[in-house]
Amino acid sequence: MTPEVTLRQLRPGQRAVVKKVGTGGELGRRMREMGLLPGTEIQVIGRAPLKDPVEIKLRGYNLTLRNNEADFITVEIGEAS
Amino acid sequence: MSRQYTIALAGNPNAGKTSVFNALTGARQHVGNYPGVTVEYKEGIAHHQGQAVEVVDLPGTYSLTAYSPEELVARNYLIGQRPDVVVDVVDASNLERNLYLAVQLMELGVPLVICLNMVDVAKTRGLKIDADKLSRLLGVPVVTTVARQNQGMKELLAAAVELAESEPEWRPLNISYGSDVDQGVDEVATILQGAQERRGLLSARWLAVKCLEGDQEVIERVRETPELAEKLLPVCDRVAGHIKNTMDDNPDSIIADYRYGYITGITRQVVSSEREVRMDLSDKLDQVLTHRLLGPLLLFAVLYGIYNFVFWASEVPVVLLENFFGWLGGAVEGALPPGLLRSLIVSGIIGGVGGVLGFAPLIAFMFFAIAIMEDSGYMARVAYIMDRVLRIFGLHGNSVMALMVGGGLSGGCAVPGVMATRTLKDPKARLATILTVPFMNCGAKLPVYSLLIAAFFAHRQAEMLFLLTLISWGLGLGAAKLLRVTLLRGEQAPFVMELPPYRAPTIKGLVIHTWERTWQYAKKAGTMILGVSVLMWAAMSFPGLPQEQDAAWQQRISAAPSAEARLELKSNRAQDELAGTIAGRAGRALTVLTNPLGFDWRANVALVGGFAAKEVIVSTLGVAYSLGEVDPEHSQSLSKRLAAEKGWNPLKAFSLIIFVMVYAPCLATVVMIRKETGTWRWALFSVGYNTLIAYLLALAVFQGGRALGLG
Repeated sequence: MTPEVTLRQLRPGQRAVVKKVGTGGELGRRMREMGLLPGTEIQVIGRAPLKDPVEIKLRGYNLTLRNNEADFITVEIGEAS
Repeated sequence: MSRQYTIALAGNPNAGKTSVFNALTGARQHVGNYPGVTVEYKEGIAHHQGQAVEVVDLPGTYSLTAYSPEELVARNYLIGQRPDVVVDVVDASNLERNLYLAVQLMELGVPLVICLNMVDVAKTRGLKIDADKLSRLLGVPVVTTVARQNQGMKELLAAAVELAESEPEWRPLNISYGSDVDQGVDEVATILQGAQERRGLLSARWLAVKCLEGDQEVIERVRETPELAEKLLPVCDRVAGHIKNTMDDNPDSIIADYRYGYITGITRQVVSSEREVRMDLSDKLDQVLTHRLLGPLLLFAVLYGIYNFVFWASEVPVVLLENFFGWLGGAVEGALPPGLLRSLIVSGIIGGVGGVLGFAPLIAFMFFAIAIMEDSGYMARVAYIMDRVLRIFGLHGNSVMALMVGGGLSGGCAVPGVMATRTLKDPKARLATILTVPFMNCGAKLPVYSLLIAAFFAHRQAEMLFLLTLISWGLGLGAAKLLRVTLLRGEQAPFVMELPPYRAPTIKGLVIHTWERTWQYAKKAGTMILGVSVLMWAAMSFPGLPQEQDAAWQQRISAAPSAEARLELKSNRAQDELAGTIAGRAGRALTVLTNPLGFDWRANVALVGGFAAKEVIVSTLGVAYSLGEVDPEHSQSLSKRLAAEKGWNPLKAFSLIIFVMVYAPCLATVVMIRKETGTWRWALFSVGYNTLIAYLLALAVFQGGRALGLG
């Protein structure tokens, strides 16, 4: 069993499955409407020049979020590519 | 003949909704704002077999909750106006997330047609979508289109009109949100059933779901009937509590989960992937354009390129317009006898409006460049690259565009800068950006800098301009931070943002974008700005010289021995006249305040005049120093005069430069701030805030410099 980590800790190219979105309120709602829910497969595409925000691919499109927002997302690491 | 149908266009941002709207309506568009909010409202007319159909473009949203002005506007329009048909523009290459809005539209029950757009892009990504099956599963018509190439538009319009002709009822879709939530929904809906008059035409179930989602707008409405709220809200709390206890979650996230579950159930049957594309072209471009080192360099190069392009392209039309207004002024001057009316028309109206309209080509090209950045998808990357830096000051990655356009590299204009903040969705960050844009060194401040730099820092021109750019960024970002920890305090709104795939913009889209915004600017020049220009003219013309003084001047002028002497006397007379006007008197009165900054009454009058437009400062200084009219572009004579003038020194000049950089934004900008913030409060605030900061800074410079023995 792979240990659970947060989205912030993923490296570019790594794939993972969202386990938990640990925030409610406006941020949680925004993530949900963008399709970032438990069970969603994601892949880290890259990071901005100053390592923050992070760009990910999910459901066939690209999304960016700040590291402190990525902290709320617990993921299970899948295969690296 | 049947009545005219109304079609509302809904859809996610970047799904091609604007292309669909443009393809359906062509140039027959009307753009405005929804009352009270800065959300754009667009409507146009489409023609189907000779029948006119009204098309309303709703703001692009990902969802139909009530948390952003766009969503609220879209939802209230649907509920309040009940359009005959709603066309949901769906990006076929990104079906799952796009259907999230479609499902919410179906839950609301609107008569829906799905426009499955960008099927060409989906194909290049190896996606095959069975549109017929999608239509069967959702129970709504689905039309495949490529709006950018005008494909499928006739079919789309035909499907929409056909649905409208059937006069469909609103049929809300019921999906299951799991037994716990479903029970709660049933319970709340039963209570609402008994309150028909509060519901209007909305289904009890939809309202019940909204209550459980914690939708503030709907809950407010429920609260208007206390006896209803008393029965209903405890049920909502109970259900939320139960879900918290059993699943450690809240109802709205469970509801979203089930919506996505419903969607994936459908997409699994409809979408087949012919091959898996891990990194498409857009991702590969991102590897370069947002690269650690290359990314910022390319961004800088792009912005620099925009400046060069804008100035290069607008040079000829700006000169042509200037010449036109100059010619017009001359023609009127020749046709009318000297006097107040002539002065009003030539200096007040033609001069004022011409000054603002003369910039129109420059602004149009600036908007054109912005439109390219937006339509290509690069704008979102600018935000992505710059966010980490700007966040420190409470701004957003997207703020950088507005600040650059406003003069971040010297020579922009605050008006399009303020308008460029529309891409910012975080209201506080947007407001902070709007109020920061006027700190940048816009093109109209540059002649003032050139004048003073040439007079007092002639051997350090380039260094001075560079220093001023740094100072304006420092002050602007500092002022933004100050606002964000005081008046605009508060959590930053979520950044979570789509990075749309790179696309080549279409000429049609660019032209429509540019035209809309430029027209808004020109309209302002014709109304508000005209009015205030006339006021400024009056302040600088009234009261004129008393009759006996004027007669004395005329006598001396006509008795002058030579042409040069006559010219000098005329200039002296103009100076004398200016000193007596309202503006001149205000300038004198203000010396009490401005003496500690080193400014005399002449500088004050110029600064008052500069409120109309900053370049007026140079010409007013010219009159005040009795040099007659001074062309801002060719101010060497004034420069020499100031350098020789007693009482002027580099410290005083620097104090004035700083004051001009920061003090009240020009009239056109103030009007635009009013328009973009929706209230005069912030427009007036920016006048006060900037002038106060300018005063304190100039005071610190002048007094500090004197204390150090520099003056």
